[in-house]
Amino acid sequence: MTDKLDVILIGAGHNGLVCANYLAKAGRKVLVLEAGDSPGGAAASREFAPGYSVSSCAQWLYQLHSGVSRDLDLERHGLQWAARELPSLLLDTRGRHLSLLGSRIDGEGVSDGDREAWRAFHARTGKYVKLLARVFESRPPNLVEAGLVDRLNLLKMGLGLKLLGRDDMSELMRIILTNMYDLAEEYFDNPQLKSLLGFDSVLGSRMGPRTPNTVFTYLYRRLGEAYGYNGVAQVKGGMGALAQALAASARARGVELRLGARVTSIDMFNGRAGGVSLASGEQFRAAVVVSGADPVTTYGTLVGLRNMETGMARRVSQIRCAGAAAKLHLALNAAPRFTGLDESQLGQRLVIAPDLNYLERAFNAVKYDEYSAAPALDISVPTINDPGGAPAGCHVLSAIVQFAPYEPAGGWEGPSTAAGATHREHFTRLILDKIAEYAPGIRDQVVACQLLTPQDIERDYGMRGGHWHHAEMSLDQVLMMRPFPGATQYGSGLDGLYLCGAGAHPGGGVMGLAGRNAAREIIRRGARA
Amino acid sequence: MKSASDATMMLRTPFHSRVAAACELNAWGTWKGYTTPTAYTDVELEYFAIRSTAGVFDLSPMNKYRITGPDAEAYLNRLVTRDVSKIRAGRVGYTVWCNDAGQVMDDGTIFHLGENDYRVCAFARATDWLHWSALGFDVEVVDESDEVAALAVQGPTSCAALLAMGLVGLEQLKPFGLTMFPFEGGTLMVSRTGFTGDLGYELWIAADKAELLWDRLFEAGRPHLIKPFGSDALDMARIEAGFLQAGVDFVPAESAVRSGRSRSPYELGLGWLVDMDKPVFNGRKALLREQARGSRYRFAMLDVDGNKPASHSFILSGGKKVGTVTSAAWCPTAKTNVAFAQLEMPHGDVGQELVAEIYYQRELQWTRVMAPCRVIGAPVFNPPRRRAVPPGAF
Repeated sequence: MTDKLDVILIGAGHNGLVCANYLAKAGRKVLVLEAGDSPGGAAASREFAPGYSVSSCAQWLYQLHSGVSRDLDLERHGLQWAARELPSLLLDTRGRHLSLLGSRIDGEGVSDGDREAWRAFHARTGKYVKLLARVFESRPPNLVEAGLVDRLNLLKMGLGLKLLGRDDMSELMRIILTNMYDLAEEYFDNPQLKSLLGFDSVLGSRMGPRTPNTVFTYLYRRLGEAYGYNGVAQVKGGMGALAQALAASARARGVELRLGARVTSIDMFNGRAGGVSLASGEQFRAAVVVSGADPVTTYGTLVGLRNMETGMARRVSQIRCAGAAAKLHLALNAAPRFTGLDESQLGQRLVIAPDLNYLERAFNAVKYDEYSAAPALDISVPTINDPGGAPAGCHVLSAIVQFAPYEPAGGWEGPSTAAGATHREHFTRLILDKIAEYAPGIRDQVVACQLLTPQDIERDYGMRGGHWHHAEMSLDQVLMMRPFPGATQYGSGLDGLYLCGAGAHPGGGVMGLAGRNAAREIIRRGARA
Repeated sequence: MKSASDATMMLRTPFHSRVAAACELNAWGTWKGYTTPTAYTDVELEYFAIRSTAGVFDLSPMNKYRITGPDAEAYLNRLVTRDVSKIRAGRVGYTVWCNDAGQVMDDGTIFHLGENDYRVCAFARATDWLHWSALGFDVEVVDESDEVAALAVQGPTSCAALLAMGLVGLEQLKPFGLTMFPFEGGTLMVSRTGFTGDLGYELWIAADKAELLWDRLFEAGRPHLIKPFGSDALDMARIEAGFLQAGVDFVPAESAVRSGRSRSPYELGLGWLVDMDKPVFNGRKALLREQARGSRYRFAMLDVDGNKPASHSFILSGGKKVGTVTSAAWCPTAKTNVAFAQLEMPHGDVGQELVAEIYYQRELQWTRVMAPCRVIGAPVFNPPRRRAVPPGAF
């Protein structure tokens, strides 16, 4: 390197690319180092069987911040939509599906009372979502050494609460710490509606619908509504195409992106982060190091717990980052036939979670490091809206599967209770059995199958514990406590090192705000070469 | 003789049978769950044993942690404020350790026993902190508090008494040195350390050989006028020697409940133990901030007029309260009335004249004296024999 770098950014995940982009826009010289051979992190497309490719981690886009999309001019850099405003369908074995898109609810079993209750619930919670969205657009307030900006942010938060009006504010206060199970039971009769809400409240986390905190995670999932989404969207070419657009935008701004460059350590100089070392032996120096890696990897592996003070090392060791979601990819020789679904519905978001107790039972298993005997699924058949991912006439089925432990007893390749089958094989069979209840005949269509356990996700995407959000989105790990108290506002608690990934405020999801907010904070603090 | 201590639920040290037999006053205090004597016979006589002959103190309730493994030195260097690499094998180092906020959790000693082998001797229980601190290090942390019994042998005739017990060559041991002797099929570790500011040693022995050690020591020490002493006499001696006591002169940071009640090393006059050349150690970031912003308090040793100990006194400057006394004693050998005070900055420059507001009671009548006092720069008791190698034959 001849020119001195202002910023080294570790990890070309979507947040890393967004952060690099804003930094470069502000005139910083940025080098992004990515261990993998493609950018995007969890926004990835991969071929999992000859001729079949899939969004191999995140599969729907529903939260990407509209301001980020605009600032980065992603559509000019190649982002195309395969489908937008897709409803969620809660599947029924007899074909009596429930369809939900924004405030619209359809289905045979939906009573007028439920319809009215849903409209009111959706409108009220929509206000909470807007309030959260505002909070997430700036750095989290720092309660201890609150400066003017923090006081203003707190004031805005308080004002936002007040502006909800007395009834809505007190309702938010009442429900925010509670669980979706009780809330859904309180508002609705329709078991399918209740279950869909329960499912959305636990997706990607290690929580069941009865777990306190799930009202917050539900609202978090709905954030996209404040950023212009209604339902979920599908990117043409899969999430990897989004990554390409993000990378192209960053490069156009002058960001240098190196793939296949695995950072093995963040190097500290007299207590300050000032560079990185690569697996290749190369070393780089910069005024600022930004990590898009998850916090446990950043602190525990790259910095090393011994290079920070005990209190911080302890905080890092307590971060809860065990994932509970697996991913199943099926290569199919024909379009799957789900009972009661027409072709257009097949391209929508399909959810298998018949009722709240089913979900809670599915969750029970993972508490004891077991996988669900009857799992819940979020299914996408991306090739309906975007046929390019499979050979002509063939299809891909992609499913987020809950719940799966990081590692069952004896390991995923160890023997299961099913004779002759490993845990991996047994769980795959259980998932296929479940799908077959809704899409009879699917077994005969499967030409290839891939199961990604949380352990696989950790390996493939560098997320410690395999948690999609880098750290559980629990109330003790959000806002100024994300990833842990003392490391907040994108500063890591270590001089010269910043965080820009899902482990920083506001958290996970393909949203881009962690990256954008981090860049703003780094620019505000002014560190450069 | 049945002792009152036999009826308590308190823990007993490995020397308890001997201690109880010698404790004529039956005056028991508690120390970290152990029952220990505040005095055996007479506080003044015990104090003068320390200063004129040899006194013996059972310090078994101290917490002892064994640190071993390839990262032992690196681990300790991150844990404490001073540079542990400068404590060579066979040496002992006094240090403090802080939390991330740069507040003192405890002071104590590090014994460098051998390669990758250390013992940390601490006032406060530190098991959890030491284990958390081991995250990321290849070390083993073992609490040896119950397995290792310890006696302090302090005073001018201490070396002679120990030589008489058969510890050949002990006179060559330098201050803060440690050495081993075979003892009844085990090992007796002797360090030239103590909490009295006098010539003195500390003996470290497996708990099951403790009583035997006591018996041997007192048998050999009889001609050298050896005498056990309790915590009251120790308190006089340590104040005279200028030693802080955790839990008395500062609140161990992790047990302070109220914010602002803990202290940094700089605020305790222990800044000399902080080595900022080390890139990482607990409290470093906060202490750098403190250096830049200035400390809140300053530790001061005061020479107080008169002979009334200024215990718990307010310290005034120009009639305004600027601090409080944490420890105070009339020090008989130095013939000085010493007080340790925490003063608000910027007070406490050596030579500053202050006033101690002392309350004392005689036959139910409380009296207040406004005793002039001044900040002194060094402990009032620091005899050459403390450092002499070999120590004189007393």
